[in-house]
Amino acid sequence: MNYVTKSPWILHYDGTSCNGCDIEVLACLTPLYDVERFGLINTGDPKHADILLITGSVNEQNMPVVKQLYDQMPNPKVVVAVGICAATGGIFADCYNVKGGVDKVLPVDVYVPGCAARPESIIDGVVKALGILDEKQKAMNLKKS
Amino acid sequence: MMILKIILIIIITPIIGGLLAGMDRVISARLQGRHGPSVFQPFYDVLKLLQKETIEVNTYHRFYIYASLLFIILTVIVLLTGGDILLGIFILTVGSILFVLGGYASNSPYNTIGSERELLSMMAYEPMVLLTGVGLYYANKSFFIKDIISTKVPAIVFLPGIFLGLIYILTFKLRKSPFDLSMSHHGHQEIVKGLTTEYSGRDLAIIEVTHWYETIIALTLVFLFIATSSTGSRIIGVFVCLLAYLFEILVDNGFARVKWQLALKSTWLVTGVLGSINLIVLSFFR
Amino acid sequence: MNIISVLILFPLLAAITILLVRNDGIRNNIVRICALITMLLTLYVVSIYFKSGVSLSFSNEHVIDSVMISIEILMAAYVIYVGIKNKCYLVSIFAAIQTPLITWFELTQKHGIEVNSAIVFDKLSAIMVLVVGVIGSLICLYAVGYFKWYHTVHKEYKERKYFFFAVMFVFLSAMLGLVLSNNLTWIYFCWEVTSLCSFLLIGYTQTKEAIKNSVLALVINVGGGLAFCVAIVMIGINYKTLELSTLISLKPEIMVLIPVFLLSIAALTKSAQLPFSSWLLGAMVAPTPSSALLHSATMVKAGVYLLIRLAPLLGQTSVGKIVTLIGGFTFLASSLMAISQRDAKKVLAYSTIANLGLIVTCASVGTPESIWAAILLVVFHSISKSLLFLSVGSAEHQIGNRIVDNMNVLMHVSRKLSIYMLIGIAGMFLAPFGMLISKWAAMKAFIDSKNIVIVIILVYGSAATLFYWAKWMGKLVTNANVKEESKKKFYFDEELPIFLQAVLVVIACLTFPLISKYALVPYLTVLFGNSIVPIDASDINIMLIMLGMLLLLPIAFMPIRKNDKRRIVPIYMAGENTGDNESFYSIAGTTRKAEVKNWYMEDYFGSAKLTYWCNLSAIIIMCVGVILLIGGLA
Repeated sequence: MNYVTKSPWILHYDGTSCNGCDIEVLACLTPLYDVERFGLINTGDPKHADILLITGSVNEQNMPVVKQLYDQMPNPKVVVAVGICAATGGIFADCYNVKGGVDKVLPVDVYVPGCAARPESIIDGVVKALGILDEKQKAMNLKKS
Repeated sequence: MMILKIILIIIITPIIGGLLAGMDRVISARLQGRHGPSVFQPFYDVLKLLQKETIEVNTYHRFYIYASLLFIILTVIVLLTGGDILLGIFILTVGSILFVLGGYASNSPYNTIGSERELLSMMAYEPMVLLTGVGLYYANKSFFIKDIISTKVPAIVFLPGIFLGLIYILTFKLRKSPFDLSMSHHGHQEIVKGLTTEYSGRDLAIIEVTHWYETIIALTLVFLFIATSSTGSRIIGVFVCLLAYLFEILVDNGFARVKWQLALKSTWLVTGVLGSINLIVLSFFR
Repeated sequence: MNIISVLILFPLLAAITILLVRNDGIRNNIVRICALITMLLTLYVVSIYFKSGVSLSFSNEHVIDSVMISIEILMAAYVIYVGIKNKCYLVSIFAAIQTPLITWFELTQKHGIEVNSAIVFDKLSAIMVLVVGVIGSLICLYAVGYFKWYHTVHKEYKERKYFFFAVMFVFLSAMLGLVLSNNLTWIYFCWEVTSLCSFLLIGYTQTKEAIKNSVLALVINVGGGLAFCVAIVMIGINYKTLELSTLISLKPEIMVLIPVFLLSIAALTKSAQLPFSSWLLGAMVAPTPSSALLHSATMVKAGVYLLIRLAPLLGQTSVGKIVTLIGGFTFLASSLMAISQRDAKKVLAYSTIANLGLIVTCASVGTPESIWAAILLVVFHSISKSLLFLSVGSAEHQIGNRIVDNMNVLMHVSRKLSIYMLIGIAGMFLAPFGMLISKWAAMKAFIDSKNIVIVIILVYGSAATLFYWAKWMGKLVTNANVKEESKKKFYFDEELPIFLQAVLVVIACLTFPLISKYALVPYLTVLFGNSIVPIDASDINIMLIMLGMLLLLPIAFMPIRKNDKRRIVPIYMAGENTGDNESFYSIAGTTRKAEVKNWYMEDYFGSAKLTYWCNLSAIIIMCVGVILLIGGLA
């Protein structure tokens, strides 16, 4: 039985976000939406996290940072791109100082569009990510044995 | 017979500790107007961590986590089989120091800060813990737990001050606000992930289980003040332990983390005042 | 000639030989051989006399006394000269008072006094002789290796190695004489010789700082010697005895308590208790072998040894209460001040003062349990502390300085040395090692004798102790990377004593029940008529399990480590790790090194502020003691 879906821990990273999506992510933790009932905890440490929740796009400065954080996460891990900026760069996609969405650097598993993405969408996206996590865990178990 | 008892202790203690941790999260959530996770959530967390990949910074720092767990288990065995309370406290110190050394061994800034803060916390609560052992000896003429809980009068009658002091430092031992300086449950950001920053997967699971054992050890100290030879008092003792734990959850949710200066000063002050007055008054009667 | 006399005089002979040989290679071999012979003599003497003890008297005692007086006069002349030359007139005055006094006493009053046993060897003497003889010889052996590099690193110091080794052996001789003598004038003579040796060794480098500190040590120790001298004269005149054993058996009336108070002051100066601690801290400028030998393992133990002997006359008397309070206060104050020290030798010095304070407290509480704890503390502290001093001395060579923060590279530079140092530190405060057992017994003894204030002091001091040792251990296990690989040689003469002492720490921990059963309990039974062992047998079994775990777990981990196939990732630096686990990308693309130093809390525990208040408080306590005594007189 895989427990990773019963206790998914999140690392929340803000790329170039305007903080709109970040506020919505934090709103998920509040009593109104309360994601802790799924066992979700917002941890600040990549080594403790299963899900990398990224808001905002990537630029020259935060590309190595995002990569390093992703490398410092143990398997199985998923990346959830929250908001349109994380998905494709949003309305800033053509700017000189924006490289684009997160998938320019990392393999994204779930895209949650919106500007700002609503808490319901974010939770929906995370639940989808849990399904993918479960499959990755199964694949990992198979490889081990 | 003894072997069976020890095996049961080793297996059942973390289960109870984990349930208490789960209850902590549920009650905290309800206090905050949320629904909260299931009461078995800590177990899901540990099982998940065991299934994850374990990554490390160097090949040394996980040794300290394993060694620390073994010494904490030894402490639980000594305390719950009625052994010498001071010896139990000293074994616990060895386990805690090994855990702290693990923080240094990864040569990581966040881990090191966590270790230093953990040492500060230990320095703050150590006098009170030692005075608990000394006080119980003074009241019951024996360091052995099996003697302490076989008296006629509960120790709290002789040691009210020390009991209050113990409740004060219980916040350190259970890693709750306002004294969760080194490794908090609820603060999920780096400095206060402190000691556990560089651990993952299996090592992190072991840290979590170690903390369950430590919770039981801390509550055992509370239990010793209430228990006497009668079974009724022991049931009341368990109930008082749960009450103390509930009190700590309330304190946790009610207070923000304090700065280390206040933590150290206030704890030493409380220890000095309550401990001295209690023991001096007791010395007139003994 | 009795073998005990050979034991006492042999190091003196060795010293004279060493003084004359100027060739390094030959002299080193002489030192090695003499150290070995001293150790063998020690073991031999202890083995034949341990079981039944012995008391000796000599037919030519008046000759020995005359020789002692002559040497004392020469020493006094030298001390007076040193005082005048260094403008420290106080020490000249001290010397100018005490030597004429003791000479007058020797020539006039002493004739009616019979000395039955000038030398007494009982179980306590056996323990002290073992500590001095074994640890002392190992330290002399270490000094051979230490000096191989000391002067090449410190080219600015004048080289007088022959002088250093000679004084070390003279000191060993005096120290053995001190713990074996029962005649108070002989103890006094050896006491003063050790003070002089300390002066000479601290001033070895002849820098301004060294000279200043050596004179400070001299003035405090000679001041204590003056108190000793007056005590001897009072006891001799009033009670017509010169024997320590007779003194102890007297009733604690006022005319006994005043000399006991004076002897206690002498002991407190020798053991660097507050307010007399400054000399020990200043003595850290001396080369490490002298710090290890004199200022941690043996000479400072002379003071506490005297107090342990005097324990029956301390206890609940007014003198005993004052000494207990001084000891306890010193323990707390020094433990707190050790937190703020960055220099490793200063940490060790404050720790030594603190532990001596604990031994003083145990000795002067005077119950069988507390003296049991006191003697065990003496044994374990000597072994662990000298191991630590020797390790720090070698570490200073390996990493170039002795700042604790910089020892995070020691594991990489010299793995064996850091492991020995870790054993030493663990031996100082962790269960199941000896110091913790002794502290445990002390705590029990204090609570049993209703010394509530001392118990409270002890728990706070223990907490502080835990903090400064654990953070040092943390630095040692850090295993930071070293950029330039310049390995310094770790000489065999250095490593062998360190290794043997590390083994001793472990063995002493394993065998302390035997030490208790065969040495301590018989000694205490003779002294008090009964004796109980504070630590229960079931506890001892659990402690053996702990020791087993501490030794076996690292060994069991080694194969696990070799087969470790886990993914290695950089340390967490918020994603800005440059990849070398040391530096991170900072603003504007720069790279900065992340440095974490230990916590020193100088605002709270800084020695500058605390020293003043602690000395003041200690002086007040001593004045109260004097007032109590005068009140008893009236």
